[in-house]
Parts: sequence; C-alpha cells; structure tokens
Amino acid sequence: MTEPVLAVSGLTKTFGALKATANVSLDLKPGEIHALIGPNGAGKSTLIHQIAGTLRPDSGMVRFMGHDITQLGVAGRARLGLGRSFQVSSLAPEFSALRNVMLAVQARQGSSFRFFKPVMRDVSLIEPAMAALERVGLAERAKIPAAELSHGERRQLEIAIALALGSKAFLLDEPMAGMGPDGSRALTAFLDGLRTEAPILLVEHDMDAVFALADRVSVLVYGRIVASGTVEEIRADPEVRRAYLGDAA
Amino acid sequence: MSVSRDTILGIVLLLVLLMLPYAALEAGKPFYVTLATRMAILALAAVGLNIALGLGGLVSFGHAAFFGVGGYAAGILASHAFAGQPLDFGFLSVPGTKTMPVIWLVAIAVGGLLAAAIGAISLRTSGVYFIMITLAFAQMTYYFAVSWPAYGGEDGLSITLRNGFPGVNTLVPINFFLIAWGLLAAALVLFAVLRNSRFGAALQAARQNEVRVATIGIEPYRIRLAAFALSGMVTALAGALYADLNRFVSPSMLSWHMSGELIVLAILGGVGRLAGPVAGAMLFVLFEFLLGGLTERWQFFLGLVLLGVVLFARGGVVGLIAGRPRHD
Amino acid sequence: MQTALFIEQMLNGLQLGVMLFLMAAGLTLIFGVMGLINLAHGSLYMVGAFACAAVAGATGSFWLGLAASLAAAAAAGAVVEILVIRRLYERDHLDQVLATFALILIFSEGTRWLYGSFPLYLDIPPLLQGTVALPGGSRYQLYRLAVIGVGVTVAVGLYLLITRTRLGMRIRAGESDREMIGALGVDIRTLYTVVFALGAALAGLAGAMVGALQSVQVGMGEPALILAFVVIVIGGIGSIKGALVGAVIVGVVDTMGRFLLPQLFGLMMPPSQAGLVGGALASMLIYIVMAVVLALKPQGLFPAAKG
Repeated sequence: MTEPVLAVSGLTKTFGALKATANVSLDLKPGEIHALIGPNGAGKSTLIHQIAGTLRPDSGMVRFMGHDITQLGVAGRARLGLGRSFQVSSLAPEFSALRNVMLAVQARQGSSFRFFKPVMRDVSLIEPAMAALERVGLAERAKIPAAELSHGERRQLEIAIALALGSKAFLLDEPMAGMGPDGSRALTAFLDGLRTEAPILLVEHDMDAVFALADRVSVLVYGRIVASGTVEEIRADPEVRRAYLGDAA
Repeated sequence: MSVSRDTILGIVLLLVLLMLPYAALEAGKPFYVTLATRMAILALAAVGLNIALGLGGLVSFGHAAFFGVGGYAAGILASHAFAGQPLDFGFLSVPGTKTMPVIWLVAIAVGGLLAAAIGAISLRTSGVYFIMITLAFAQMTYYFAVSWPAYGGEDGLSITLRNGFPGVNTLVPINFFLIAWGLLAAALVLFAVLRNSRFGAALQAARQNEVRVATIGIEPYRIRLAAFALSGMVTALAGALYADLNRFVSPSMLSWHMSGELIVLAILGGVGRLAGPVAGAMLFVLFEFLLGGLTERWQFFLGLVLLGVVLFARGGVVGLIAGRPRHD
Repeated sequence: MQTALFIEQMLNGLQLGVMLFLMAAGLTLIFGVMGLINLAHGSLYMVGAFACAAVAGATGSFWLGLAASLAAAAAAGAVVEILVIRRLYERDHLDQVLATFALILIFSEGTRWLYGSFPLYLDIPPLLQGTVALPGGSRYQLYRLAVIGVGVTVAVGLYLLITRTRLGMRIRAGESDREMIGALGVDIRTLYTVVFALGAALAGLAGAMVGALQSVQVGMGEPALILAFVVIVIGGIGSIKGALVGAVIVGVVDTMGRFLLPQLFGLMMPPSQAGLVGGALASMLIYIVMAVVLALKPQGLFPAAKG
C-alpha cells in the first residue's frame, strides 16, 4: 500500500453555530487526481484553507509527505512542497509573468536574502522560469504585467508558478472557473499530464472536467464527506444523486 | 540592457544637485551651499524611508525615530569627546569621538538596532495598525529624549565644533556638501542594487500581494523586517549628518512632524522611484526657502500643495516626468 | 500610605481616560464605518478648544463657549468631510495619511494665522470652580469631577445611540458590510458625513474641556491624537467598547506611572536619579504596555469582527 502524499484526518472547524468542517478525513495518493465536489456552501473553500494553512482547524490533523503540518504556516507548507492555485487569481500584478515565475524559482532555491546580483541577469532564475512558461503555453506573454493578462492566461500563470515551485502535490481551487470551452479542454489535458509529476487535489464545479480527470471523487455536503469512491461509484450513489447531481447524472 | 528612465532621471538630478553649490559660489552667494547640503541630507533620509515605504509598501509614520537617533548619536559622541569625558554605561566605558566615519558607524548601528526592535513588534500587524504603532513608538523616543536632561532635554544639544573627517576640513561648507552628496550617491546605488536583487524582488512582491508570496514559501515578515532595519540604518546616517549640518540636535528631530515631513519628501518626488527622494528633497527645501522667505505661514501652503498632490498628482514629480514605473 | 494622594491620582487617571475616550471613540467610529485613518482628528480637538476659548472670552460665558465648540468642531468636520475626506475612502492608507497630514498643516498654520502662537486662556466656569472633599482628607477639583461625569455620560449616550437608534443601526450595519448598506438604500454619503461630524464634535468637546485645565494653543491636538491611537490599538480598532477600556487603561497607567515610578525607583537609588529614571520610564510606559498587548493580541483586546 502506498503511503498517501497528503492525508487529512478528523478535521473540524466551527464558526459560532456553523460547523463548516465536520470530522473530515481524506487522502491523496501518488499519481492520482482526487476531486472534491459538493454544492455551494458545502465548505469546500474552508477545507482547502485548512489544508493550505490559511485557517487553523479546531481539531484534526493534516499530514504531508510524512510530516505533521497542522501547526505549520502557509510559507512553511509551501517550502515542504505543497503547491496551491487560487479561486481568484492571486499574482503580483505589477510584475510581468516572467518575474512572477522567477520569484517562485527563487523561493524554491531558498535564497531570498541575496542582495547584489540583479535578478534580470540571473540565468539560474530566468531559464527555469521560461521553461515553466513554455510548458503552460505562456512563453510569448512572458514580459506582460500580470495585471494585463487575460483571465485564462492568469490561470495558466498560476499553474506555471506551481510547476516552477516543483510542488510535490497540488491544491487546485476551481481552476476551470471562468474558462471558456477551449480553455477548459486545454487545461483538462494539461492537468491529465500533470498527475504523473505530482498528485492533485482538485476542487471543481465543472463536472465534465471532474469526470474526465478524477481517479477518485469525494463529495462534501454541509461540511461532511458523504461519499468517496471512483467516478462510477459516485455517479451511482443514490444519496449523492439526491443531494447534488440530481437525476441528470 | 537598456537603462531605465528612472535611472537616467536619478543621475541627472544628482548632477544638478552637485552643480548647485558650485553655481552658488560662482554667483557669490555662499549661503546657498548650505541649502544644497540640506537637500542632500534630507534626500538621504528619504532614500532610507523609500526602502521601507517605496519598495516594501510599509507606511511608517515613525521614521523620525531613526533620523533623531542618528542625530543624537552624533551629538552625544561629540559632546563627550569635547568634554573629554567617556560615556559611562556602568560596566563599559566608551570614549566620545569627533570623527565622522566612526560616528556614522555608530549611528547606523543604533538606527538599525532600533528599527529591528520596532519592526519586530510593528510588522506583526499591518495596515492602519502598523501606521499607528510606528507613530506611537517614534513618539516614545521623542518623550524619552525630552525627559533626559543630560543631553539637553527639550532644549536640545549643541555640537560646538563640527565633527571632523580625516583629511578634510569639514568647516568649509562645500567640503561638507561633498561628503553629504557622496553618501547620497552611495545610498542611491544601494537602493538600485537592492531593488534589482532577489531580496528586492521578494520585498516588492510582498508589497503587491502578501498572500502570494507566502504561498510560494517566502515568509513576508522576515523580508520586511530586514528591509525595515536597512531603512532605519540609512535614515539614521542622514540624521547624523543633519546634526553636523546644524551643529545642533533636539527632540524635534524625533517628532511626528518630522516623520510626516519624511513621508512628504518621498511622496513629492514619487514613492518607490529611484530619483524620487532627490526630487522631493530639492522641491521641498526650495519651497521651504522661497515660501518661507515670503511668509512665516508657509506650511499652510505646503499643506495645500500636498493635498493637491495627493488628490490629483499621485505619482509625484518623477511620475509626471518619467511616467509609470516599468517592472519587466 | 498617602491614600489621599493615591485617590487623587486615580481620579486624574480617570479624567485623562475619559478625555482620551472622547477622542478615541470618534477615531474608531470613523475607522470602523468608513475604513479611514484620520490624522486630522487632533485638529478638530484644537478647533473645539479655540472656539470655546474665543466665544467664552467674547461673551464671558463658558457654557456658550462649550456649545460653540461642539458646533464649530462638527461644522469643521462636516466641511472637511465633504471637501476632502470623501475622496479618500477608496484610496490606500498612505494617501489617507498624507492628505490628513496636509489637513493638520492647514489647520495648525491657519489657526496660528488667526490667533498667533501664544496660547489663549480659558477659565473654569464659576459654577464648577472650587474643590470637593475626598475620602482620605484631600480636596479635588470639582471641575475635574465634572469632566469625568461628562465623559461617562457621553459613553452611555454613545451606547444608547449605537444600540437603540436607527442611526446607530445604520452605523453598525456600515461597520460590518459597507457595500450591503448601499444596496439597502441607506444614503451612504450623508451617513458618512454624519459619522465624521459626530466624531469631530466629540473631539471638539474634549478639546474644550481640557482647554480650561491646560491652555489652548496650536499643536495641542497631536499629542492627544497619538495617545488616542495607542488607545484604539490597545482596545481594538472599530470597537467602542475597546475604546473605553483602552482609554481607561491608558489614562490610569500613564497617570499612576508618572506618580508611582519615581517613588518606586526612590527605594533603590538617590531621589534625583530616581526622579530621572522614573520619569523617563513613566513617559515611555504606555507605549511599552501597548507593545506588550500587541505581542499577545495583535488585533487589540476587543477586535471588531469584520465581515
């Protein structure tokens, strides 16, 4: 049995009277894409926040690469190799696409306290950054400030950043959101290839993408995992159909 | 690699500033040499602030603390040397000194330590909290200086004879100007190097999007703390020079008003731009001199101009001339 | 011990606290509802003091002066809000700091232009002159007790305003979700002007009352403003309860510190040195307390929950 790359156990988070996360356990195995679906308000964002480190759970544990990261902050988790993309693109808007990725390369090399060598002449930063941009198809737009990129391009940039970080696992929060059909197809194909490098925990509403990509699916309703299994198992599960998919599935 | 407009403007302004005192001497108006020196020193203080504010986005309303601490370092060391009495810390006895390079090193060290201490606490907060806290800490140093009579208290401390620089007669105004100008040029080079470095990239990215920086594994707090300490060091150095310029140091160098003035210098010129502090300092001193000659109430008009700049001309002077910064 | 002196200092601390509350309440309301940091608040304090002194001097009545201070400060606040502050709500904090700093310069130099650099004098009204006997045997200024009374009344009044009136409801709604109340049809612009003017009036009232104890001069507002900042940092920005608790803490700690610390050091060193060290430490004490509070609770004691 392979050790899961990411393992969440017994995670609970309450806001006043609202139980946003109720004793959630799930894991992410090497080479797989594990999709997390659920109706709006189910608590998917809250769960992702707790895994990424922006929110502390009330109880429970998050393990990553064999380490207990429950008390670790966002930067610490990132340094261990947990990559993340955001529901609303989060980039350094004044910096070009290239500089955004170069920053990730710099972070991976672990060396931000260097004061002298100009960054724009540093081949050890520029080359890996351009390589990442090539992989996502953004190389021509390298010099454009992130604020001026289109919505889809910003998504691609986020992925390029995650690639440059050499993440050991990816947390992707609705990467298909706002993408047109072409963009979604391209991104789906891309993610399909990505899974061999690092497993992906994918939060999505786009069912086409989920059914095309996911090895496993977990369904979150009112903060609780109500079902977990392969795509076929989930589609057949009556409780899931009732709560979420409706009879169209 | 093409040289940016920022850099060109910076070099041009530096050269203009360099020529001013010589032009003054030519015109037989030696007083203006002192004015130019004042420009250079205030520009240096603003360069320090620019590291924290312009690059880091840290709105510090307490930089006067570092400016004043640098000034007091110069004043205290000089007065002890003059009186022939070493500083007595109980366990340690430190002789005074009237040598500028030594004074500068002390000022930089003390400024850096104070900035690290204040920054360590203040940087755990953000936004409005940070502004208020830096203001409060600077006020604390102000009240401390006022209540310590050994060094003049509210009346301040005189430096009877301007401190010395090996090989140079610092009493000659043009010589002292050149010293100040030289340090300003060095600080601008430091700023440019910093901005282009990995450290600068992380710092500026943290200003633009703090969450993003953390998500890629860089801890914004540590970067900012280092930047804040560096910023304090440069501003403290300016304070030491300022004390020597006026041959006087007083708690007013630590006041909130001074902190505001420093921010004004940075903004007038264009915050975050290389040339900004120089442009801002030159404009400000000119404004102060010309308008101050007309009316004692010149700060009223400064207020109006400042309001106008903030509401209508956000990029400052450099923004007007060189356009928006390019970050490729 | 000197119980009498102790009680007197405690009351002084309360009085300072109450003054700071008036300043801090306005500041924290303005920040809570409008998200704006306002450095010019100290100028409004000064305007209140000057209005009171000028009118009291001209008419001979402190009470008229007090009314004038409220009116003048509120009016100044409203004018400033409409002309300048309005444009700052969407701006970043740096712009707000600079613009309100510019306002300080304009107010200070403008006032100096009108009244010169010498202080104005404001006399305690005859009704409140004299002293009152305290337990322990000493006597305490009636005026100071009245100030404490006014402060407590204002605190209660603010509480009632916020919790029982429609304006208070709108204020609370505005604090939790600015965009929502616009969508609900509340006239935001007027609300903001009213809140700003209310904060200004409180500051003006504080200035006028303090003016009779100290003097009325340009620059009196800024030290009070900075202390008010310390208050709301300790209390939690956006929280009136925090402002009250913070103000009492700051007032009492500062006053008692200045009173007790030199005595404390006097136990360990000769009196002249004790006075020196104690006095210097006392002047820094409140900032040290602020640093400690922040180290433990970076959002202050009662952070207002933001939507």
